[in-house]
Amino acid sequence: MEFKNPQQELERFRSRLAVAGGLVLLCFTILFLRFVWLQVVQHDYYQTRAEDNRISLVPIVPNRGLIVDRNGAVLARNYSGYTLEITPSRAGNLDQAIDGLAEIIEVEAKDRKRFKKLLDESKNFESLPIRTRLSDEEVARFIAHRYRFPGVEIKARLFRQYPGGAFASHILGYIGRINDRDLEKIEEREDEANYRGTDHFGKTGLELRYEFDLHGISGHEQVEVDAGGRAVRTLTHTPPIAGNQLTLTVDAELQRIAEQAFGDRKGSLVAIEPTTGGILAMVSVPNYDPNMFVDGIDTQNWRELNESPNKPMVNRALNGAYPPGSTFKPFMALAALELGKRRPEQAISDPGFFNFGGHHFRDDKKGGHGMVDMYKSIVHSCDTYYYMLANDMGIDNIAAFMGRLGLGQRTGIDIDGESEGVLPSQEWKKKRFRKPEQQKWYAGETISIGIGQGYNAYTPIQLAQATATLANNGVMFRPHLVKYVTDTRTGEKRLVEPEPLRDLQLKPAHVEVIRNAMVGVNKEGTGARAFAGAEYVSAGKTGTAQVFSYKGAEHKTESMAAHLRDHALFIAFAPADKPTIALAVLVENGGFGAQAAAPIARQVLDYYLLGKRPKAPALPDDAAVERDEE
Amino acid sequence: MNHGSGIATLRAWLQKLVAPIDGPLMLVAGLLVLLAVGVMGSASPDRINAQLINVAIALVVMRVLAQIPPQRLMHLAVPIYVVGVLLLIAVALFGDVSKGARRWLNLGFMRAQPSELMKIAMPLILAWFFQQREAMPRLRDYGIAAALLLLPVGLIARQPDLGTAILVLAAGFYVIFFAGLSWKIIIGMAVSAIAAAPLAWNLLHDYQRNRIITLFDPEKDPLGKGFHIIQSTIAIGSGGLFGKGWRGGTQAQLEFIPERHTDFIFAVFSEEFGLFGNLLLLVLYALLIGRGLMIAANAATLFSRLLAGAVTMIFFTYAFVNMGMVSGILPVVGVPLPLVSYGGTALVTLFIGIGILMSIHGNRMLVQK
Repeated sequence: MEFKNPQQELERFRSRLAVAGGLVLLCFTILFLRFVWLQVVQHDYYQTRAEDNRISLVPIVPNRGLIVDRNGAVLARNYSGYTLEITPSRAGNLDQAIDGLAEIIEVEAKDRKRFKKLLDESKNFESLPIRTRLSDEEVARFIAHRYRFPGVEIKARLFRQYPGGAFASHILGYIGRINDRDLEKIEEREDEANYRGTDHFGKTGLELRYEFDLHGISGHEQVEVDAGGRAVRTLTHTPPIAGNQLTLTVDAELQRIAEQAFGDRKGSLVAIEPTTGGILAMVSVPNYDPNMFVDGIDTQNWRELNESPNKPMVNRALNGAYPPGSTFKPFMALAALELGKRRPEQAISDPGFFNFGGHHFRDDKKGGHGMVDMYKSIVHSCDTYYYMLANDMGIDNIAAFMGRLGLGQRTGIDIDGESEGVLPSQEWKKKRFRKPEQQKWYAGETISIGIGQGYNAYTPIQLAQATATLANNGVMFRPHLVKYVTDTRTGEKRLVEPEPLRDLQLKPAHVEVIRNAMVGVNKEGTGARAFAGAEYVSAGKTGTAQVFSYKGAEHKTESMAAHLRDHALFIAFAPADKPTIALAVLVENGGFGAQAAAPIARQVLDYYLLGKRPKAPALPDDAAVERDEE
Repeated sequence: MNHGSGIATLRAWLQKLVAPIDGPLMLVAGLLVLLAVGVMGSASPDRINAQLINVAIALVVMRVLAQIPPQRLMHLAVPIYVVGVLLLIAVALFGDVSKGARRWLNLGFMRAQPSELMKIAMPLILAWFFQQREAMPRLRDYGIAAALLLLPVGLIARQPDLGTAILVLAAGFYVIFFAGLSWKIIIGMAVSAIAAAPLAWNLLHDYQRNRIITLFDPEKDPLGKGFHIIQSTIAIGSGGLFGKGWRGGTQAQLEFIPERHTDFIFAVFSEEFGLFGNLLLLVLYALLIGRGLMIAANAATLFSRLLAGAVTMIFFTYAFVNMGMVSGILPVVGVPLPLVSYGGTALVTLFIGIGILMSIHGNRMLVQK
């Protein structure tokens, strides 16, 4: 055992204590320096971080603007409702979460399908609705079980509602959840901030074209939030400004009567106010219920809509291109007068066909119409007259004149995605085809152009616009659906001025000849039956467009498959001396224009001019079509 | 007369009551406890009453300990240690699992956390051990001391309870250090500890590793593991020089600070009282530790010296580890801020320590006489 020296031992112990004390001072100094670093040097940074933590800027989505018809009838509005939303990134196992929710509130298979579709299209951190339109009771039930469902929330949202259902759906269009393409449009306008809280964007129709008018200006709230993201109190509140209201040129009642006139037929009707270009009615049937898209459409309905042979999603008024058939004849006649190719009284002899290079172009009437002048050629729709006329005018003259009437061009209506149609010409053919032998225009091809067949293909709105231009003595307006936009902030009405596109400088005498002949159509010609007893003078022209050409054979409509049957057309304007409405009607596979299309026009004109409501649809459902003189 | 004697009796009784209590130590501890109640009023007002009850219990325990002479404590060292180790073994075998760790022993009438006992039992047993080897301790003695230390530390670390294991390890190490372990060995151990770090890494639990990873890069996982540290450093940093004022801390009041009444209460304090508040806190702890070291320096026996030194340094360890982890320079281990964090067990343990210091101080002259 070593010698023990208490004093020495105590000294050593005390030196160890001193070392310990030094360690304490050193460590506390390190802590103090750390505090200085955080609280003095980095203070501003952490101050900002704390503020960022604390304050959350919550956008307040503005009410989307209403869409009303010319008389103020509401076509698109908003209602507020509760949705149950899931943020996938926070919800853990989605299927489990949804199964759990289904025990508390009703979750149908279609809700699950729709959610799945939204999930595929969206990013994980977005909150997506699993159920919409919850009842108060369902909201209460969920809140009681809320702790079981992280990432699931009840949200109060404004929903777009189209009270008319499928009514006027092709005009209104619909809104849907914002996708990447929509985002690009928003970014292009540098409008991201305004869209921060918005989930929906116009997808088609007016909802798309007037998106930035309808959307409004987002408000925002600065709220203090806790670590759980729950708002503790509101610091500032900037209210949103509701979107602007669209007032349409469309007359909802007229639109309704026109839609109903079609019964269960497919087709389109466009009615225009000739002196302004304002669209009074624009029908494309069958249509679809845009309300289905607001919550996000489920896969099954989406497929049904898209795969239906009736193509309810296609806006036939703007995107269906159809040969105009005999409705082309008044314009041909007008062109002949304007170009000096025909005088009104100049008559031809119609043997029932036109011989061109050994080929017989047949007239509808066997044995022909006998002596035919311009009036008779329109009233009785004589083909031979127009075969000869087309041959005399040549394709380029026809194309030039029809082009000025707006055929084969987009009208510039205020809805996106309008089709051009086909205005055949030598130049068009060169562009359309690749092989040199196909690119050549054959003179024989011009003959059937004269009766609105051949390559001719125009949209119903183009036909309506051409008719309106004729009715307005050659002054053409851009067709438009919106009459004025009401600024919510100022209440100021921004009028959509009628925009004259061009004046064709038609000779009044020439217009008078055509008008006269078209009045004759409805009085004593192919439109007479449909317009029997009308209390106003109207001008019209029937047309039947071949879907399928039977060479040489006489085609029997009854025995043909429905989708190969001819399209029925009708153009009209009234009152004939001072037209307030011009329209074009197309009934797909309707058979004869006089039978299938003219009665629809009659109902529309009766209501518009006289306020008379029809007692039944214009067309008996899919009636067996009788052959009539056309 | 009667009245006067009554007052005299009361005064005598009071004098007897306060006699073993060391004024400076009581003053500093009292200030810290007052400060704790104030911060609790901001961090978690509902718990003030409970904490006051904890304080009252702890003060009674302190007063009892202050009266027990070191000699008596020395006799208790071995039984306490043995019971403590047995309880730890019992925990390992039959303990209740809570939050993924097996720390509690259900004794039927109460649940006990034996690892807490070890914070006091460890310095006691080692001080007792070196007292037995009062002659210059040999290397072999240090070996035995290390074994006495590492057995319970190992059991606690296995529970797992890294915070307590570190505190117990530190408590034992301080005794060995004060007993005169040569610097060569200390440095040698430090070097080998660094060398063994990779090995230790493999032995750590995933959550312990995550805490260490998070320490070095909390922003890597801002919503997960890094959340605690990020939010507490934001709280401290945004407090600035003077703080945001009592109950004015947005981080604290809006619940961005996790466990804000227990382990992270320093973040609340620091946010609301700023750098000057922190400085005050450091000074109070430094005074407490300084007083403790002074008591150790003047203690009568080797046992009481070592015990006083180690107990004092436990306070330092608590304070440094807690403030270090909350301010983001040490990994997050479950160590409370001494005398300030909410919780009865830790408070009682700490006041036992203070009571021991007072006892040692009160008996500093007895043996030497």
